[in-house]
Amino acid sequence: MSEYRIHGETGAWEVVIGLEVHAQITSNAKLFSGAATAFGAEPNTQVSLVDAAMPGMLPVPNVECIRQAVRTGLAIDAQINAWSRFDRKNYFYADLPQGYQISQLYHPLVGEGALTIDADAKAGIAEDKRIGIERIHVEQDAGKLMHDQHPTMSFVDLNRSGVALMEIVSRPDMRSPAEAGAYLRKLRAILRYVGSCDGNMEEGSMRADVNVSVRKVGEELGTRTETKNVNSVRFVMQAIEYEAKRQVALIEAGGKVDQETRLFNPDSGTTRTMRSKEDAHDYRYFPDPDLLPLELSEDFIAECRASLPELPDAKRARYIALDISAYNAQVLTAEVESARWFDALLDVGAEGKGAANWVTSELFGALNRLGLSIDQSPVSPGAAAELLGLVADGTISGSIAKQVFEKMLESGDGAAAIVEREGLKQESDTGAIEVAVDAILAANADKVAEYQGGKAALFGFFVGQVMKAMQGKANPKLVNDALKARLG
Amino acid sequence: MSVDQATVGKIAKLARIAMPDDDVAALVPELNNILAWVDQLAEVDVTGVEPMTAVIPNRMVLRADVVDADPLTGGNRRDDILANAPAAQHGFFGVPKVIE
Amino acid sequence: MTSLTELTVAQIRDGHRAGDFSAVEVAEAFNANVAGARALNAFIVETPEHALHAAEQADADRAAGTLKPLSAVPIGMKDLFATKGVQTTAASHILEGFVPPYESTVSQKLWDAGAGMLGKLNMDQFAMGSSNETSYFGNVLSPWRSNDGSNAALAPGGSSGGSASAVAARLCPAATGTDTGGSIRQPAAFTGISGIKPTYGRCSRWGIVAFASSLDQAGPMARDVRDCAILLGVMAGHDAKDATSLNLPVPDWEAALQADLRGKKVGIPREYRLDGMDAAIAAMWDKGAAMLTDAGAEIVDITLPHTKYALPAYYIIAPAEASSNLARYDGVRYGLRDLSDGAGLQDMYAATRAAGFGAEVKRRIMIGTYVLSAGFYDAYYTQAQKVRTLIARDFAHAFTQCDVILAPTAPSAAFALGERSADPLAMYLNDVFAVPASLAGLPAMSVPAALSADGLPLGLQIIGNMFDEQGVLNAGLALEQRAGFTARAEKWW
Ligand SMILES: [Mg+2]
Ligand SMILES: [Zn+2]
Repeated sequence: MSEYRIHGETGAWEVVIGLEVHAQITSNAKLFSGAATAFGAEPNTQVSLVDAAMPGMLPVPNVECIRQAVRTGLAIDAQINAWSRFDRKNYFYADLPQGYQISQLYHPLVGEGALTIDADAKAGIAEDKRIGIERIHVEQDAGKLMHDQHPTMSFVDLNRSGVALMEIVSRPDMRSPAEAGAYLRKLRAILRYVGSCDGNMEEGSMRADVNVSVRKVGEELGTRTETKNVNSVRFVMQAIEYEAKRQVALIEAGGKVDQETRLFNPDSGTTRTMRSKEDAHDYRYFPDPDLLPLELSEDFIAECRASLPELPDAKRARYIALDISAYNAQVLTAEVESARWFDALLDVGAEGKGAANWVTSELFGALNRLGLSIDQSPVSPGAAAELLGLVADGTISGSIAKQVFEKMLESGDGAAAIVEREGLKQESDTGAIEVAVDAILAANADKVAEYQGGKAALFGFFVGQVMKAMQGKANPKLVNDALKARLG
Repeated sequence: MSVDQATVGKIAKLARIAMPDDDVAALVPELNNILAWVDQLAEVDVTGVEPMTAVIPNRMVLRADVVDADPLTGGNRRDDILANAPAAQHGFFGVPKVIE
Repeated sequence: MTSLTELTVAQIRDGHRAGDFSAVEVAEAFNANVAGARALNAFIVETPEHALHAAEQADADRAAGTLKPLSAVPIGMKDLFATKGVQTTAASHILEGFVPPYESTVSQKLWDAGAGMLGKLNMDQFAMGSSNETSYFGNVLSPWRSNDGSNAALAPGGSSGGSASAVAARLCPAATGTDTGGSIRQPAAFTGISGIKPTYGRCSRWGIVAFASSLDQAGPMARDVRDCAILLGVMAGHDAKDATSLNLPVPDWEAALQADLRGKKVGIPREYRLDGMDAAIAAMWDKGAAMLTDAGAEIVDITLPHTKYALPAYYIIAPAEASSNLARYDGVRYGLRDLSDGAGLQDMYAATRAAGFGAEVKRRIMIGTYVLSAGFYDAYYTQAQKVRTLIARDFAHAFTQCDVILAPTAPSAAFALGERSADPLAMYLNDVFAVPASLAGLPAMSVPAALSADGLPLGLQIIGNMFDEQGVLNAGLALEQRAGFTARAEKWW
């Protein structure tokens, strides 16, 4: 089992990683107000009196945000707390109009859960690994500060202020940047399957606070640093690597790691102390007296559970049971859109293994080339099933299918119509194939002699010649059979 | 419990209230007076007592996920939001430059 | 005809409906009284045009046959309620000049019911105070003068001191107040008027500048019990914008008013009889019990064992909530900004808040910040909330033995301005009888019951079980009918 280690001057160090992921909950309106959440609006247009913390304004929770957090909790096998409540986290900052963030400290909505990251030998993850999730709580996002628009002022945009977030807090169970990357990707997949977060890291829908400490193997946990708001899987991995090396170097030089908040610089791949948060915080958490405890009925939780889709692990297992390769099953389930597309293909009757091969090679290849996402595929699952059906029933060969698929992409026409129009139907008439085989063998008597003298590799040459003579339309199995019969 | 001048200074900082040393010093006995008085709560036996969460039994009703259903709690009122701002520019609130 | 400003809300409503006078006449009469009483400093902003406009509408509605419950009734609005287009400051410098682009739910309900606004009433800053000496806009004076010959300016009580003073001086027939730990009842008692704090959650808090969210309740202050019932009926009701709002129908309290207490039990809490209690207060309390007996009620002795811990618990919980509620006053979105050259964001916050908040507000923010801070939270805040649970249990148990509770509203009559402002703790003790009901979220009202030896009003308090405003009002009415409180402040302003 390969293990990730930082090799310092004093030996090998283990890295201990925990992630606090802030995921924007998919909802139309904000967590405590009716203002919209859509990305990219003009500054301060999606701000209610509540979000701007005008005097006398009060929060009322959005049921959809609660529902999505509960569904997410159920998706990670977590305990759902039917009784939870909101607390205020008090601090002063320009992006925080109330002077406090409404969050959940003492009684979070979602308790202990876990997810499994998949073995990935290339990434040094020897086997599947459960990563504990301590809790998920629901809280408000802050506004945004713009620093570069005025020489002496920062500008405040409250559009994001009050947008609902889930803070998903992992246990410090990860031991390498790769594991952290796998955890984030898996978490993102689950959120997107559930539909509780769009997982769009560029737009800030998901960002991670990265807690890193180092220790000699078997020793007590070291002091951790928290690198805030890292917004891509790659950056998270970079931040961990940088932090781990920095901490090892610091300790080995006789220094001490400060428990502090740090910022990641994506340009340099480094972290640095966050100046604005330098002073030690005392957040004075207490239950928000503007809100009552959040009490969920069993029916509510049951409805959340009933609304859950098949999740990535279950779906992958189902695909593998259909004789789809583990690799293809992994590829097909990694993104919810691909999985949905593939399920639709299965639903219209496509056979699993062949369909999986075709989707992961032909379809993904074409989409990649065209720069399209699977949602934008010019070929629908129904049209693909028609194509795959023609291969399965022997109407066309696999190689003709590639041509037909190209024409489908160009014209948007159906596979059967293209085969008919272009005369691509596979020749399965054994008589016609035997005629062609005889003609090829006759024309290549020298090669036949070589073959019979032991040059078995020439078999493929004969197959190719026959297929060529029949414009690729011959049923390859029948060609093989006929050649074997003739050549003995 | 009681507070000293350093603690009061720290609280003032936490509360973001600028306070000259004289004011801090004056507050020390005042706060200690009040704290000594509230300290009597410690003598109450609260074994098995839950802290108050909702003073009147009442279930919290949640809002539906509808945008701008009520203009009083919806968005799209930037002019109102910025109307009282000491420094509003280009649709933003202005604050002294922040270095993160 | 009696002067229009002598009329109660019910008399204005009924007289206007009967055609005895126009609403405009009423509004003009009260506007004139407001303008003539600036010496009381009861108003921060006068809005005669608002009152007149509503009056014109009331007269038009009468002609059209579309009268509303409060048509022709002009009222005063405590400056804690956000009023659209009219400066709302909570009597603090930090909100000076703030003009809300929105209307509080309670004030909106009043305007929708036809009421007009005479102005924004002065108060203790952010409702923190019991004497109306903490307003940035100056002390409110009580219209009352002691007959001890001192002629000292008296406190109207607080925090709804402007409301109390204005109603007592006939500047408005009624006013809104808010009560966090006695801020309706204590000033009502000090000025010889009535006021009711309903069950927590009856009145929406939306648009009311928050002091302590788990305690704040709006309520009416008026000359008599009936007027309180009328106004409360308009102010109360579920509001989806306030998560703590009670989703209950609003009874017609006025229609169900009745002073016959036969079959009712009135509890007398023995712990409220403090050592060294003012003799006049004790005598009034006894007289009150006799009056309720006369109304048919049975007096029962009850115990509220945690009473002595109510005030200290309150002075942890209320400042803790306030320290957080007042964090939004930071000079960014509204109100005062104190930004010196080269100052950073955090410097601006500290300077703004130092300049904007008054001494008592700062004191409470400091206490609240301290009791919530790391290492102290459980010892103070959690402990106080546990004690609060015990206080609520005391009441719940008491209400298995009685229907309402009778107690004094305040431990003394009004005191002179300045007399207690030097000692915060002495000031806090003013609310010793008012705070327990606040902590338990219970409805409670004060009705004027007697005069002190110095000729100053004293109030009796009725505390009811949760949701039982009717029981409180009925007992209040029984007291009112028997107390025959007719004394009033001689006009000197
Ligand atoms: Mg964090
Ligand atoms: Zn968070």
